[in-house]
Amino acid sequence: MDFSVLLQDIPTLLVVIIGVPAILAAYIVGGEFLVRRLPDKNRPQVRPWIWVGPALILVAGYLLLPAIGTIGQSFENNAGNWVGFNNYASQFADFPQGGAWVAIRNNVIFWLIFYTIFTLAFGLVLAVLFDRVRYESVVKSLIFMPMAISSVALGIIWIFMYQYSPTGESQVGTLNAIITFFHHDPVVWLQDQWPSDKFNLLNNLALIGAATWGITGFSMVILSAALKGIPGELLEAARVDGAGELTVFRRVIFPLMMPTIVVVGTTLVIFALKAFDVVYVMTGGNYNTDVLAFRMYEQLYTAGNSGHASAVAVILLIAVIPVLIFNLRQFRAVEARR
Amino acid sequence: MAAVTYDHVVKRYTADVTVVKDLNVDIKDKEFMVLVGPSGCGKSTALRMLAGLESITEGQIRIGDRVVNNVAAKDRDIAMVFQSYALYPHMSVYDNMAFPLQMQHMKKDEMDRRVKNASKILGLDPFLKRKPRALSGGQRQRVALGRAIVRSPKVFLLDEPLSNLDAKLRGQTRIELQKLHRELETTFIYVTHDQVEAMTMGDRIAIMNAGILQQVGTPGDVYDHPANLFVAGFIGTPTMNFVPVTTSDSTAKASGFEAKLPKSVPAGKGTLGFRPEALTDRQSADGSNLQMKVDVVERLGSDQYLYGQVGSDQVTARVDPRMKVAPGDTAQLGLDTRSIHLFDAESEVAFF
Amino acid sequence: MTVAAAAQPTTVAARFSPGWITQLLQRYMLHVVVIGLTVAWMLPTIGLLVSSFRPFALTKTSGWWTALSPLEFTLQNYTDVLDQSNLGQAFFNSFMVSVPATVIPVTIGAFAAYAFAWMKFPARNWIFLALVGLLAVPLQLTFVPVLSFYVNTLHWTTSNLENIGIPGLPWVPLWLAHAGYGLPFSIYLLANFFRALPSDLFESAEIDGAGTLTVFFRIILPLSVPALASLVIFQFLWVWNDLLVALIYVGGAPEVAPLTVNLADLTTSLGQGSNLLTSAAFFSMVVPLIVFLSLQRYFVRGILAGSVKG
Ligand SMILES: Nc1ncnc2c1ncn2[C@@H]1O[C@H](COP(=O)(O)OP(=O)(O)OP(=O)(O)O)[C@@H](O)[C@H]1O
Ligand SMILES: [Mg+2]
Repeated sequence: MDFSVLLQDIPTLLVVIIGVPAILAAYIVGGEFLVRRLPDKNRPQVRPWIWVGPALILVAGYLLLPAIGTIGQSFENNAGNWVGFNNYASQFADFPQGGAWVAIRNNVIFWLIFYTIFTLAFGLVLAVLFDRVRYESVVKSLIFMPMAISSVALGIIWIFMYQYSPTGESQVGTLNAIITFFHHDPVVWLQDQWPSDKFNLLNNLALIGAATWGITGFSMVILSAALKGIPGELLEAARVDGAGELTVFRRVIFPLMMPTIVVVGTTLVIFALKAFDVVYVMTGGNYNTDVLAFRMYEQLYTAGNSGHASAVAVILLIAVIPVLIFNLRQFRAVEARR
Repeated sequence: MAAVTYDHVVKRYTADVTVVKDLNVDIKDKEFMVLVGPSGCGKSTALRMLAGLESITEGQIRIGDRVVNNVAAKDRDIAMVFQSYALYPHMSVYDNMAFPLQMQHMKKDEMDRRVKNASKILGLDPFLKRKPRALSGGQRQRVALGRAIVRSPKVFLLDEPLSNLDAKLRGQTRIELQKLHRELETTFIYVTHDQVEAMTMGDRIAIMNAGILQQVGTPGDVYDHPANLFVAGFIGTPTMNFVPVTTSDSTAKASGFEAKLPKSVPAGKGTLGFRPEALTDRQSADGSNLQMKVDVVERLGSDQYLYGQVGSDQVTARVDPRMKVAPGDTAQLGLDTRSIHLFDAESEVAFF
Repeated sequence: MTVAAAAQPTTVAARFSPGWITQLLQRYMLHVVVIGLTVAWMLPTIGLLVSSFRPFALTKTSGWWTALSPLEFTLQNYTDVLDQSNLGQAFFNSFMVSVPATVIPVTIGAFAAYAFAWMKFPARNWIFLALVGLLAVPLQLTFVPVLSFYVNTLHWTTSNLENIGIPGLPWVPLWLAHAGYGLPFSIYLLANFFRALPSDLFESAEIDGAGTLTVFFRIILPLSVPALASLVIFQFLWVWNDLLVALIYVGGAPEVAPLTVNLADLTTSLGQGSNLLTSAAFFSMVVPLIVFLSLQRYFVRGILAGSVKG
């Protein structure tokens, strides 16, 4: 490593670390200073816009307007000419292997179902089990740790887990080593050389498994907090009434945690639909493991077709809309109770 | 140090939600005025308009001679103690008390002097470095007072400052507040829904109901001469007995007895009011006697309460504890007609 | 109801008949399961960690679990990774990206959250609702127009920005992008937190003569340290670990690209055969793990505040 480059750059880092907050503070102090010059009557009208202004501009500039722009561009070709639904038509062409079909299947069926259910189930089981031991906080942190690392590093970790060598050679991938230890043939996890797997379930599940490993800590932490929010007296009452531990879980704990499970579930659905990094790092979308976010990226950079890329992005948006509406309803219901 | 005047003050949130209706009160300089009324009647709103936390829809509020309708809260020279105390949790007791002075850019040593002075008055010296979290409820309450004192404001506003304290501490603090009022010689405006607090602390009491001022007067005044049925029922425990009567000339006829009225009134319907202590075990000279079928007897040592039926009316009596009565007995009681009240059946306004 | 009643006698009986021996077994069972699951969960990371210290040739022929039998460890992978790739530069770039891309959305988000929580302005609730909706919108939806706007209209290409020579400038597009993407969450979290602060405090401060700025800097911010801390950690980790936004806005330009891009390059260009991969992966985890381990408490709190609505 060239440390001299690093040292040379330290002043830049300092300028940035001091400069950026200074600019932000100067903005708000300056803005407030100007507001105070205004007549008494106008101050409450102007002041809020000073405070929300920068946020609204950034959100509008980076999220809202571009989203609308993308919807517009999905009806245009690279030259900016109107092409109607052509971009969509090419995404939906040649069912089941052509266009975006594989990506749609992987996202909307495999990822959505398995990623969400695995993560919730693992999270719930771990939360309930860990609730009963005294070293809970230690094991929870260990499970939670993958949350802190990047999906790229996560991908690398799992590439090594899934490594495959042909039958007979010594297996260096952990999973195949375990499998061959029990005298089975090693499994090709990430490529699609598995003859009986017509739908590419295995390699997609391998990717989903890696992603699940990374995110389970998230669902465990939230579910565990909800679990602790259930009054102990309620569980004791059920036990006194003669319910076994399993019944207590099924009839008391689970229903009471349902609202939290739903909230975590919707968040996971969004994560599932946005899946990108793991696919990018582990398979590059090959072997029928494409997902919409990756396809969009490829259409934009590899194929250089912004119309197609936009259409894929809009398909992604359409997939998210039910969740979006659900979130809004949920939010308004909470507001109404306030 | 200043007088405060509410002059036809109205607070309206929306066209049909009027919370304070045509409020007129003159609060004298250095007076301890208590604003009392049931929950939701608009007392806090009245106080908050004075503080500058709510706008005034109609009318004027004056502090001294100055109309403050359009003066910012910080420029009104008032201090307020909140029910929750509103202490800044991240600042020490000292910093909490110094905060209003820092906002005035007061010099360090003057600030220090004032904070030390206030903390001496309130006995807060040992706690100055602590955070509010580490104080008891009573101590927090005193810090809130201290933060008001340091500013030496013209008017002190207190919105139910004792309601978070337990009964014993509330009693002590009531006395301390009165002492403080005497020491500071400043106008106090105190909001409460507790009529005992109102009666024991106020120089004068203003009683509100549903946004309308019912009566202003000294505690003795409102107790002995309630202006209407609401005030009569609100002040005093146990509450005044009310029985429907028909009046003719100077007698009032209830379902189970007749009472001689001190004044003659027009014939008609009304409500007769008398406090439990107006009933005695001695017969009344003017023949206003009644027979009570006793349901419950409560002996409190110094007093004895009888709850029972007189005719078809429910009546409470407070009698000599030595009187021998048991539930189911019929007690012979006399009514002291010097302290009875008569209210118009329609308007509920008191004749006397 | 009837089912539960019928099940009652058997469960009570089952609980009493086997005595203390089963109870003891059951208790150890729980610990075995808990510890077993935790170890299994850590296995992938441990495997990579061990591999990263093994001689490259050995990792091709034997699994990491055999590392103890020919006890052979080396730092070669780490020295190689530091020499061969421009990891140093990437590490520095990651800081240059992450620090401002955390400071900006948290600060601007706090300004906005204050207004949403405690000021009145037209359409306030509708704008807030829109922000809640945007929480779910995939970033992919925004890339195409933003990119063309940058390049074609503003000429904000990495090389152009570098030529201007103001420190930090080439990263500005990335900062602003991360700020725009992070703001809905940041505002949502902080506004909910600010709103829950007691209004008495603000009224009291108002009477005491504190202005908007004083209330913000001396009352709201100090009281919101837990929320701010969790948000800072959240945003920092998100930006540090982000690959997609970095790929889109700076592409591969090595003088600007952060660690994640560098690392992803290693996997795609060198494939699994590289000895640099394991050590580089761990290198990239150092900062997030330090942040995570030291500030875990706040991180968890932020996750809870952001997800469990209401
Ligand atoms: N922003 C508002 N919009 C509409 N009505 C309001 C608003 N704020 C308060 N009110 C109403 O004004 C009335 C008076 O409120 P206020 O707080 O003054 O009552 P209070 O007498 O202090 O009662 P308490 O003893 O419970 O504190 C209440 O009925 C309340 O519902
Ligand atoms: Mg009130």
